[in-house]
Amino acid sequence: MGRLKTIARRSFLIGSAAIAGGVVFGTYLYKREGTNPLLADLRAGETAITPYVKIDAQGITLITPRADVGQGAWSMQAHLIAEELDIDPATATLSSGPASAIYYNGVVGVEAMPIAATSDTLLAQTGRGAADVMGKLMGLHITGGSTTVPDLYDRLRMAGAVARETLIRAAMQQTGLPRDQLKTENGFVVLPDGLKIEYLDLAVLAADIEPIQDVTLREPSQWRYLTKPQKRTDVIAKSTGTQTYGIDMVMDGMVHATTRTNPALGGGLAGFDAEDARKMRGVQAVLQITGGIAVVADNTWRAFQAAQAVTCDWGPSPYIGNTSDQFAAVAASFREDHQDSQFKDDGDVVAALEGAELVEAEYRIPYLAHAPLEPMSVVVKMTDARLDIWTGTQIPRFVQANMAKLTGMDADNIHVHVLMSGGSFGRRLEDDYIAQAVEIAMQLPDTPIKMVWQREEDFTHDFPRPLAIARAKGAVRDGAVDTFDLAIAAPSVAESSLARLGQPAIGPDVAIVAGAWDQPFDIPNYRVTGYRTPAMVPVSSWRSVGASGNGFMHESFMDEMCHAAGVDPLAERLRLCWHEPSRKVLEAVGEMSDWGSELGANRGRGLAFTLAFGVPVAEVIEVTNTEDGIRIDKVFVAAEVGRVLDPVNFEAQVQGGVIFGLGHAMNCELTYEDGVAQQDNFHVYEGMRLYQTPEITVRGLENGDKLRGIGEPGVPPAAPALANAIFAATGKRIRELPLSKSVDFV
Amino acid sequence: MKLTVNGETHEVDVEDDMPLLWVLRDELRITGTKYGCGIAQCGACTVHMDGIAVRSCQLAAGDVSGEITTIEGLGTPTALHAVQEAWIDLQVAQCGYCQAGQIMQAASFLDLNPDPTHAQIDAAMSGNLCRCGSYPRIRDAVKSASSKLKRA
Repeated sequence: MGRLKTIARRSFLIGSAAIAGGVVFGTYLYKREGTNPLLADLRAGETAITPYVKIDAQGITLITPRADVGQGAWSMQAHLIAEELDIDPATATLSSGPASAIYYNGVVGVEAMPIAATSDTLLAQTGRGAADVMGKLMGLHITGGSTTVPDLYDRLRMAGAVARETLIRAAMQQTGLPRDQLKTENGFVVLPDGLKIEYLDLAVLAADIEPIQDVTLREPSQWRYLTKPQKRTDVIAKSTGTQTYGIDMVMDGMVHATTRTNPALGGGLAGFDAEDARKMRGVQAVLQITGGIAVVADNTWRAFQAAQAVTCDWGPSPYIGNTSDQFAAVAASFREDHQDSQFKDDGDVVAALEGAELVEAEYRIPYLAHAPLEPMSVVVKMTDARLDIWTGTQIPRFVQANMAKLTGMDADNIHVHVLMSGGSFGRRLEDDYIAQAVEIAMQLPDTPIKMVWQREEDFTHDFPRPLAIARAKGAVRDGAVDTFDLAIAAPSVAESSLARLGQPAIGPDVAIVAGAWDQPFDIPNYRVTGYRTPAMVPVSSWRSVGASGNGFMHESFMDEMCHAAGVDPLAERLRLCWHEPSRKVLEAVGEMSDWGSELGANRGRGLAFTLAFGVPVAEVIEVTNTEDGIRIDKVFVAAEVGRVLDPVNFEAQVQGGVIFGLGHAMNCELTYEDGVAQQDNFHVYEGMRLYQTPEITVRGLENGDKLRGIGEPGVPPAAPALANAIFAATGKRIRELPLSKSVDFV
Repeated sequence: MKLTVNGETHEVDVEDDMPLLWVLRDELRITGTKYGCGIAQCGACTVHMDGIAVRSCQLAAGDVSGEITTIEGLGTPTALHAVQEAWIDLQVAQCGYCQAGQIMQAASFLDLNPDPTHAQIDAAMSGNLCRCGSYPRIRDAVKSASSKLKRA
């Protein structure tokens, strides 16, 4: 209990004095409690016992501050609170809550540090502590990096427990009964005679009670929801068309807008002619915004039509504009003065490679678009006093800060209402679309404006996953992988995206080598070097970030090395793997796939393993080389997350991650000509379709000592497992994505 | 012009070539039907015209020649269609943005082919894109809905 109490004091006390003893200002500030942001807006009869639970006579509202982008974060957060509050989460209302520093993410910063998830050294622990301090000091109210569960597992259960205990205290005051005669049951305090007092009826009394901090969390054996198959809180709404996404907000007097900015990224607008557009039916205004134009109309389609009718004089893109030149720039950055990191350097790679028979390979991965199915969209309303923003976003506080800068308004007067997102995959870590709508609102105050991008605008104004090249050299000795030297060059996501958030990117960018430098293998001579390509078109985080491509590089080369050594890829990885939970994952996938058994003619099996976001994931893919091309038959996945809190959503997230990884590996790339993305809709960026979807068998393992998130880790091993399977089936080694450049798929 | 949507007749004043999608979403404010691509590549805008699945982003308002049913008209949270029940039982939705279209596609397909094979399901549902990768559950839900409908 010691640790949990500490957490409680650090994060949940409300209205109590600061903890004494802080002598360093930063530490003091860190330890001082934040103000419960819900208290500012409470109406009569409402109480907010913690920043996560609000109760009034009408019902209970659970605050789920991590954005739901499809990964089920709202439902999981609600279940974590409900488990300890002792209510059925289906009976509660969920709210994203306001943008607030108190909803800081204490884990997300770790991914930016060169700390292997498998490391538990003092330095690693200190680094993780620093990420927590940084998250709190900066008030990083942010969703990403598969952190929702690891970050909030304790915090939300504590919030539920504190609220429950405070309600019991209220019942003690009301009944005069001692604590040990009261218990709770599904939203009620139960008296010894069986009489029940509903939580709602205790809300007013509880509001005057100092929240009870001394609580004990339930033992896992007592859990009603966690680790059991949960019913997602949004599943009915999402199956009946009643879920309100950002694009669905409807307000009285609302107008519809769309924007068109220079498709040659960063090229700006030299001038425009909107004479024809302004005459079109329903068009209310054609406005200039940064880099382009906006059309305001009485219907989205009319706005789309009019936007196309505006003649724009675009400037040229300042970036290296053609993909062949972009790859050339990456290839040119394997130079000492561009070296960004070398977090892994075991043994003596240089000596080992000298005179050895070299295995050499070069791998390439393309830019990729996020393309969530809900195009970027937002509703804004600006008055003299306040700016309201309704949208799906992962970064409400950055939105607040950036829009304060844009409008000159006080951040406190900017209200970000986070709605359900129709996907994101990292796209909603950016607020460019919101800024555009706010620019419209500044020219059209007092009117609710819904801005929706055309799909083509969405594709051509993405901040893609960066392209990359890896150069690998290796040597085998006595039938074993002995030397593994991987150099990866790519533009920096941290440098690009943090600048847009107004934050500095200090030191090496771990993402350039994530999923490669931190793999749990004891190869005698093992080196991973990152090279930073100078910034080109702006790039950003894409589901599983650096590991999304580095998994392909590392695991394709591992397969090549095993082949060169004449060893079985699974047996060799098991021999090299020093991390027990990772070994178990490899063993599990071997057993699940009946690894080593005969598959028959024209068939092949590929294995890949990536440890990303602290989650070791192994995938085996079976393919058939048919006359019409490659068919993906089966996928087996084993993933280690410490504890599977919801087996249903766990399986869905892993399957979704695999399909996301496979679909993009098969046929997706974003290429540029003169700074213009050439893929502008799904007909040229297809991903996977149902008829191509293999059977995907998933097993969650629980051998690790830490809880991990599963939104992203399923992605990285999918592409290399597929490429390795194609090699096994055809003898053809493909070193460039998308694979459709080299083979057909059925 | 007059449009019948979910059993209710509406008088709308729109251009003949405005896609039905935008009549539904912005004129009638029936927002369960989604805009995803605008070029019939994703299927998020799927609705029924006289029970048959159509892509509402490609159907001009002037060409609407039958009764329109949207996801809201197929069933409601308290009176679910069998396909919706299956979708809920199997917890298909992740972000859920494509699911109205998926469900409308499946409902129309099962109406025409109540006992489909695996290959027929794959063929019928492959025009509907899901970026989250909920396909395995979609496949299972179509099968489950098929059995439900047969029992009913």
